[in-house]
Amino acid sequence: MKDFLARYWRILRRPPRHLSFGVIILVSFSAGIIFWGAFNTALEFTNTESFCIGCHEMRDNVYAELRDTIHFTNRSGVRAKCSDCHVPHDWTHKIARKMQASKEVWGKIFGTIDTPEKFQNKRLELAMREWTRMKANNSLECRNCHGYEYMDFTRQSPRAQRAHSTFLETRTYTCIDCHKGIAHRLPDMSQVPLWNPSIPPEVRPGASRPEAPEKEPL
Amino acid sequence: MKPWRNLLLFGIAFSAAALAQQPRLVDPLRGQTPLAEEPRPPVLYNTENKDLRRERAYTMQPPTIPHKIDGYQLDKRANRCLFCHNRDRIGETQAIPLSITHYMDRDGNVRAAISPRRYFCTTCHVVQTEARPLVDNDFLDVDTVLKRTGGARTPAERIPAQ
Repeated sequence: MKDFLARYWRILRRPPRHLSFGVIILVSFSAGIIFWGAFNTALEFTNTESFCIGCHEMRDNVYAELRDTIHFTNRSGVRAKCSDCHVPHDWTHKIARKMQASKEVWGKIFGTIDTPEKFQNKRLELAMREWTRMKANNSLECRNCHGYEYMDFTRQSPRAQRAHSTFLETRTYTCIDCHKGIAHRLPDMSQVPLWNPSIPPEVRPGASRPEAPEKEPL
Repeated sequence: MKPWRNLLLFGIAFSAAALAQQPRLVDPLRGQTPLAEEPRPPVLYNTENKDLRRERAYTMQPPTIPHKIDGYQLDKRANRCLFCHNRDRIGETQAIPLSITHYMDRDGNVRAAISPRRYFCTTCHVVQTEARPLVDNDFLDVDTVLKRTGGARTPAERIPAQ
């Protein structure tokens, strides 16, 4: 085995005897283009909806729920597909997310959520992971389409105007803090901040949240 | 006994035939559409979303919802209404808090959290649309009734004469 590796190491180290420098450059360059193209095509394929709902876990649970919501069907026909919200659009973060997604392949192989009951039991954990991610990136995937700068408050209902011009404006909350469960059904929310009075709300670092006066101990 | 039984059977058969002769009742939802055809669904009305409270038609009327509640989850796992209307949330959301009755159990004890029998908000509170009523409504507000009968009596008048 050691001899075998040593032989190939010697071949790799040796400069080419018959190939010209130009041929090597040209071949490497085209091979690089082909590899890069194929890699990105494959990556884009894993971003398609047909790939996501290729497994029954996604098709029968989250996708079935999405179909009822405004992000799937609405009056103007604009819609979001899975990767629009669940995969970052810029390349670096996309690759990072795709590497994390290898954990999901593991889950698929070992059937972590392969029955509706298992999915329900794990729903809170899965949802929490997405909420944490979106809170950390300031709801980037929402903002890919919904730009705060381009919101016309006069076209919003009074309570939406108020919420957006205060909590969103001051960055007290980000989109996902209030708009949970807009695309999929919610898990048991009794352990989620803002949904349970006994759990203190998470505030983004640097954000100002109007502090409630300290209560006198009884 | 036998002739009587035959007579009874005949009577039942006759009345059944007579019932069949009567004009069919028209299903108010289907209208005149024959059974084999699909009726044309009525136009959907937009839910009122003005955030302006409507007045109540009678004293005990549950207040109506002045905004859209499309996609709001209301089940044992999550209550989207309470996300804004719960006691601890109204400071931020400025939503109308639940009345004290919603925290009472059926024995009248006030509890810390919403009473389970009041949990499903849309049982009593509903959204509104500018729709034409399906049937005529001759409901009169109590004040209108009082105005017709000559006004409300003062408490003194209400005490029966000795």
